[in-house]
Amino acid sequence: MQIILSVQSLTKKFEDFTAVNGISFDVETGSIFAFLGPNGAGKSTTIKMLTTVLKPTSGEIMINGFNALKEQDKARASFGIVFQDRSLDEELTAYENMEYHAVIYKVPRKEREDRIRQALEIVGLWERRGDYVEKYSGGMKRRLEIARALVHYPKILFLDEPTVGLDPQTRNSIWSHIKRLNEEKGMTIFLTTHYMEEAEAVADQIAIIDHGRIIESGTVEEIKKRTETESLEEAFLKLTGRDIRDDNVPGNKMRTIRGMRRRGRY
Amino acid sequence: MIEVIYILWLRQLKHYWRSKARLLGSLGQPVLFLVAFGFGFGPMYAKASGGENYMDFLAPGIVSMSILFTAIFSGLEVIWDRQFGFLKETFVAPISRAEIMLGKTLGGASIAMVQGLIVFCLTYVLGFRVPGLRSLGLGLIFMFLIAIFFTGFGLAIASKMKDMHGFQLIMNFLIMPIFFLSGALFPLENLPPAIYFLSRVNPLTYGVDGMRGAFTGISVFGIYNDLAIVGSLSALICMVGAVLFSKIEA
Ligand SMILES: Nc1ncnc2c1ncn2[C@@H]1O[C@H](COP(=O)(O)OP(=O)(O)OP(=O)(O)O)[C@@H](O)[C@H]1O
Ligand SMILES: [Mg+2]
Repeated sequence: MQIILSVQSLTKKFEDFTAVNGISFDVETGSIFAFLGPNGAGKSTTIKMLTTVLKPTSGEIMINGFNALKEQDKARASFGIVFQDRSLDEELTAYENMEYHAVIYKVPRKEREDRIRQALEIVGLWERRGDYVEKYSGGMKRRLEIARALVHYPKILFLDEPTVGLDPQTRNSIWSHIKRLNEEKGMTIFLTTHYMEEAEAVADQIAIIDHGRIIESGTVEEIKKRTETESLEEAFLKLTGRDIRDDNVPGNKMRTIRGMRRRGRY
Repeated sequence: MIEVIYILWLRQLKHYWRSKARLLGSLGQPVLFLVAFGFGFGPMYAKASGGENYMDFLAPGIVSMSILFTAIFSGLEVIWDRQFGFLKETFVAPISRAEIMLGKTLGGASIAMVQGLIVFCLTYVLGFRVPGLRSLGLGLIFMFLIAIFFTGFGLAIASKMKDMHGFQLIMNFLIMPIFFLSGALFPLENLPPAIYFLSRVNPLTYGVDGMRGAFTGISVFGIYNDLAIVGSLSALICMVGAVLFSKIEA
């Protein structure tokens, strides 16, 4: 058993608020790892630290054998990322967005066109490659972001709520592509989602985070057994309670609003 | 490395080229200044200076102005990119922050240069003439250096900013004074000591002076001094920018 991502006592503080509180976990090479938790639990903050966007307050991250804090560029070349919020240049065409990505990830010139074509075909956007992203629907933008993250053949793919705001057809097709990439290419997948059925269907390993701490982890079966529940959703609710998040933190209106805006994107 | 810088550069030029409104809009101000000041102050200037042509004095100033504002705008684009999330896409890539800074500086400076050249052509229509090819070449070098310096400057500021509001502040309290106290519109003579001092620590002063010296032969500090100052400041700002960029959290 090989470990592609190893996290030790990772912590992120925003001023005096601790968003991620000393979490540790390992992700096995070739597995699908689902990182679940209520709104504001600290999932995206964790992903941003893993992908070098945010500097951790403390802790260690090893990706594909590289220290993500010291050997940033090598770590960066090892992963692909689909952020929770949008990250496309809407004034460029879909193809230009892909090309930009391929160049900054140093995909060899000869392979570029093929790889871009392949990735766009996976998400069904090859025919629309010449359109400005501005003119895409929310779901098409999401698919484009996923295709883009595949162009440089990452060893590990981070997906922060990849299917939010997508119709069931697209969700199914995206999950089947993700599973196929995982099975055929051995690509490790690290994902977050609020759709428990999706996580239950695809994930080999699950970690549940709440208030910045990991409160449960294991396979779906293990978690269901320990919580004495029938489904992952029940287990999730049992572990994290039924309160609605964000609103129950006193004096944090801003936080709710920010969260809503972020989620309203797609 | 070269290709990375090229694709960053290309993206900025595409943005510029595709947004015709911006392209035209940014020409409005220089044209207005050229016409209003040129015809408004022309006679006064001629009388005060003993018969010299104000357009000769004003044209390099207005060319600098359009370069200044266009160059600073590149900083605004970074803030824009941050708000629209695209900055993350560039910053998680396995490329050095210096490459990002360099690509963006060259992209922004090229646009500023194009804008400056358009305004330069407009001044020709209004009667501005350059004596020869050598002056032209030297003047273009100054235009380019001004473009590089202020693009780098805009990017360095932008790297420290989270949103547009702060940039407005910088625009009004830094960029406008830089423009007005650079000698672009009027000679920097007989000024109160404080203003005199400010005009002398203003990088644009040397850019304008050098460009005017190149194009018309009138220079206060000497063209080669200007060249040395603007050249080294440009190199310096690129390094500062690269350091600041390495600290950005997208
Ligand atoms: N830049 C920031 N400054 C201050 N607080 C922040 C910042 N980014 C995130 N937070 C806070 O950190 C906490 C965790 O946020 P995070 O985005 O990681 O949640 P999440 O688990 O991804 O939630 P969601 O499911 O809503 O996406 C939240 O309370 C959030 O308000
Ligand atoms: Mg999130």
